[in-house]
This record gives sequence, C-alpha cells and structure tokens, in this order.
Amino acid sequence: MTTTYLKRYWQLYALISLPIIYFLIFRYGPMYGVQIAFKDFNLFQGISGSEWIGFDAFREVFGMRDFYTTLRNTFMLNFLDLVVSFPAPIILAIMLYEVRFKWFKKISQTILYIPHFISWVIIGGIVYQLFGNQSGMVNGVLESMGLNSIPFLTEKNPWLVTYLFTGVWQSAGWGTILYLAALTGVNKELFEAAEIDGASRLKRIWHITLPSIKPTIVTLLILNLGHMVSIGFDRPYIIGNTAVREYSDVLSTFVYRVGLESGQYTLATVVGLFQAVVGLVFVLGSNYISKKTTGEGIL
Amino acid sequence: MSERTSNRIFDIVNISFITLFVIFCLAPFLHTIAISFSSNRAITSGEVTIFPKEFNWDAYIQVFSDQSMIYSLGYTTVLTIATTVLCMMFTLAAAYPLTKKKLKGRKLFMYVIIITMFFSGGIIPEYLLIRDLNLLNSVWALILPGLVSPFNLIILISFFRGIPESLEESAEIDGSSHVHTLFKIILPLSMPVLATLALFYAVGRWNGFQDSLMYINDPKLYPLQLKLFQMVQNNMVSELTQMEGANRTPLTPESLKAATVIFATVPILLVYPWLQKYFVSGAMLGAVKG
Repeated sequence: MTTTYLKRYWQLYALISLPIIYFLIFRYGPMYGVQIAFKDFNLFQGISGSEWIGFDAFREVFGMRDFYTTLRNTFMLNFLDLVVSFPAPIILAIMLYEVRFKWFKKISQTILYIPHFISWVIIGGIVYQLFGNQSGMVNGVLESMGLNSIPFLTEKNPWLVTYLFTGVWQSAGWGTILYLAALTGVNKELFEAAEIDGASRLKRIWHITLPSIKPTIVTLLILNLGHMVSIGFDRPYIIGNTAVREYSDVLSTFVYRVGLESGQYTLATVVGLFQAVVGLVFVLGSNYISKKTTGEGIL
Repeated sequence: MSERTSNRIFDIVNISFITLFVIFCLAPFLHTIAISFSSNRAITSGEVTIFPKEFNWDAYIQVFSDQSMIYSLGYTTVLTIATTVLCMMFTLAAAYPLTKKKLKGRKLFMYVIIITMFFSGGIIPEYLLIRDLNLLNSVWALILPGLVSPFNLIILISFFRGIPESLEESAEIDGSSHVHTLFKIILPLSMPVLATLALFYAVGRWNGFQDSLMYINDPKLYPLQLKLFQMVQNNMVSELTQMEGANRTPLTPESLKAATVIFATVPILLVYPWLQKYFVSGAMLGAVKG
C-alpha cells in the first residue's frame, strides 16, 4: 500500500519539497532568529552563543521615547491614510460603473491602475519634482500666482498632506477593481425597476449601487483596521526625511535605523517582534470581527 | 427638467470627474517627462509644467552615455527575468501538489505556508540569516528570500481548483505522470493566471528597494531603484541643507533626475497594458482570499 502510494505520488512530493525547503530556510529561519530579542546579541558569538537576558531589552525599548513616537506615527499615518484613501476607490468605482461608453471606461481604467505599479523610489523622485521647495512645480505655480511657497517636504503638517496625497494617487485606481467586481454581480433588473419607478441616477446609486457593495466596503474596512501596526518600509522611508522625522519615523523605519544603521540588533528585534505580535493580534481580531459581521474574512 | 437632460447632465459631470482623476494620475508623469526634456534654465526658473520648455534631449543623451546607468539597467533586467522565472517555477511546484486532495500531508504543507502570511521574523533576523548564509553583497540575497509569495501561491491554487478534475483523471488513466499532466494539460490552460503572477513577481523585483538597501553595498550590484534612490536622496539632502544655508552636496541636474525616473518607469509601462486584461481577475481572486 505505502509503496504503491509513494510510487504514485513521489513526483508530487519531489515537486513540493523545494518550496517547503525554501519556506523552512527563508521564512522559518528568521523566526528562529527572533530569540535574539531575549539575548544580549553579539555578532561574533552568533545567535546560539549569545547570553540570555530575559526581558531586559523589552524594558529598554519600552523606556525609549523614540519608540512611542514611532508607534504613534505608525497609527497616525495608517489612520489618516484610511480616512483619506479608503473612500476614494469607492467613489471612483461607482462613477466608473455609471459610464456607458465602453472605450472611455477601458482607457480610464488602464490609466488609473498605472500608479499601483510604480515603485516608491520613482514616486519619491516625482514627488520631489512636484513639491520641492526650490524647483518644485507646485511651488512655482503658487509663486507665479503671488502666493507664498509651501514647504511640502520639510515641515510636519504640509509633509503629512504630501504623504497622504501620494497614497491616494498610488492606490485609488487599483482599489476600484474589488468594488467593480462586486458590482458585476448586481442584478440589472433592479436598476430597470427603479428607472420605471422614476428614480433619478443619484437615487439609484444611493439605493441600489451603494448597498450592493456595502458588504465589500465593510469587509475591506475591517480588514484594513487589522493592518494598523503594519506599515510598509519604502513609502515612509522614501517620502520621509530628517526634517520631518517627528512624523515620518514609523516602526519599520525605526527598526531599520536602530538595527542596521546603529547595529543594536537586540533592540531592533524587540521592536520588530512587538510589531509582529501586535500586528498578528490586530489581523486575527479584525478577521474575527469581519467573519462575525459580514461572513467574509481572509482565513 | 426632462429625464433625458438630467441623464445627460449626470453623464457629463460623471465623465468630467473621471477625466479629472485620470489627469490627476497622469499629470505627475507628464510633468516629469516635461522636465526631462527641458533646459536647466527653464527648470530652475520654474517655467516647466506639463509641456517641455526649451526642448532638448541632453538629459537622455547623458543617461544613455553613462556606462554605469546602462549597466544597471541591463543588470536589473536580467535580475528581474531570472527572479521571475525562478519564482514561477517554485510557485508552480508548490501549487500543483497542494491541489491534490489525496496527497498525504497536504494540510500540513498548507499550514506551513499560511502561517508565514501572518507572522514573520522581522527584518533584523532576516538580515542575520542572509549574513550567516554568506549572501550579503550577492545577487542571491535579492532572489532567494522571495521565491514564493504565499499570496500568489493561493491565487494559483484557487485557479487550479477551477480546472475540471476529470481532465487530469483521464490523462492519468492514459498513463500520464503528474509532471507530464502538469506541463501538458494544466499549464496550457493556465496561461492568463501565469501571466498575472509573472507580472506581479516581475514588478515586485523591478520595484524592489528595501532588500537591496539592506543587503547590497557593492555599487556594481545596485539595482536601478537603489541607484535612483541615491540620486533622489541627493536632492533631498540639498533641499535640507539649502534651508540651513550650507549647500555642499553636488547637485544632479533636475532634468537628468527626471530622465532617470522615466528611464526606470518605461519598462513597466511597456509590459503592463498587454497583461491588463489578465491581472484584473488575478487581483480580484487574490484580494478576496488574502
């Protein structure tokens, strides 16, 4: 039985063995390394050779002012991003859904998706061209209109606006895909019936279109809330700079700075572990809430 | 107001709004293109908006005569293609067995993979692993850590599940081996989703920045994004130091920076429209699942 089973399936095991080895080395390997959060890590003694120090490093991290600043910034940037960037694709998707010229819809969708495929390095480059103090186009236009230039990149609040703006720019178009997908399932007869009843287009949007994507909206909102502590590295690192560090330093850039720039591996691992654990709790929690309320989740 | 006119007004407002948003998406590119074709005088005096002023090719001539830039482009292209091919092979090798319900241990493998979507060691242990494997300053540090994206894997598994099992069964009765079935029957049916995933992997590698920042010190191994970042960073530093009245950083001319930005964007813009009809469905599948 076992030999015939193996004879039949050995190829599949051979196929999957390589990816599994990959996962064990490159995904679980670092999980093994997490123990240095509890060790006085020394590069020369390595992970297993370093001495255990219990929660000392945690105490040190929780006593750092910078840690709380970055934690606050992570929440703040994610929250503001949610407020500003979340509604944009919904509005855009509803408007695209209302377009009756197929070619127009297609062309605009093609263009709207593009920013999603642009790297943050390139977006950073473009942002400096647009918002730089010296030669930025926006300030050039402001000055030519006799207005004062705005330090978009070097002062906290204007920087925040720039940061949020880049988020909308990058993700609004791509975000419409999900809502448009949800809308393809809407029964067209509903619209026809509403039309016969004399409902205006706005009323139809309000009473048919919007309710039919409501489950998608709620699910995405809850799942987004689950990512409150996880924040990508590229965007805050590239758009941010030392002048606005008080706002732009987030958990991921903090880990990079403390760990790889100043070589405090233990402290940086503690922050990383804190982020991973709190992130996990958030994600599982939001997933649970999502399943309870909408019946949809990621697990 | 008759229904027809109100409908028409709605259409006009709607289409204008979308057009505005499309312009909002395009304008930054147009501006950067305009900068790249303009003279330095026009740029510094702030005259360039959407159209080039004092049109010239100088920046592009400079970019294309810069040996290191051409090298970086070639190197990044090869790196992207190699990464994409390897990632696709590994993702396929994982996805196909995981669709076989009769495979013992399938659930375990699935857990091993899914767990990594929710918890990771973090960048410091990842860095130390790469260091311990002696991969710092090696291109493999940019390829190996991302061989399989669990997210893409799930997209592929869902797609494979949609292929009727009877197809595979009849092939097996005819004596086809699993690998044979995969290559002769499954793959030809999966071209759209494979194209989507290849695009995701390729864009990810082409745009990848953090790993090269962490693992690569040798300028010869800098991918384009890292090279570009240093130019932009230069700009940032000057922006700050000028405020403090001490500008010592050598400035890269704006037009050159813009030309480099365009130079790094064009390859994506070239492949992307051809794959658009595929990736929309891929993105939907992926987003719902994870």
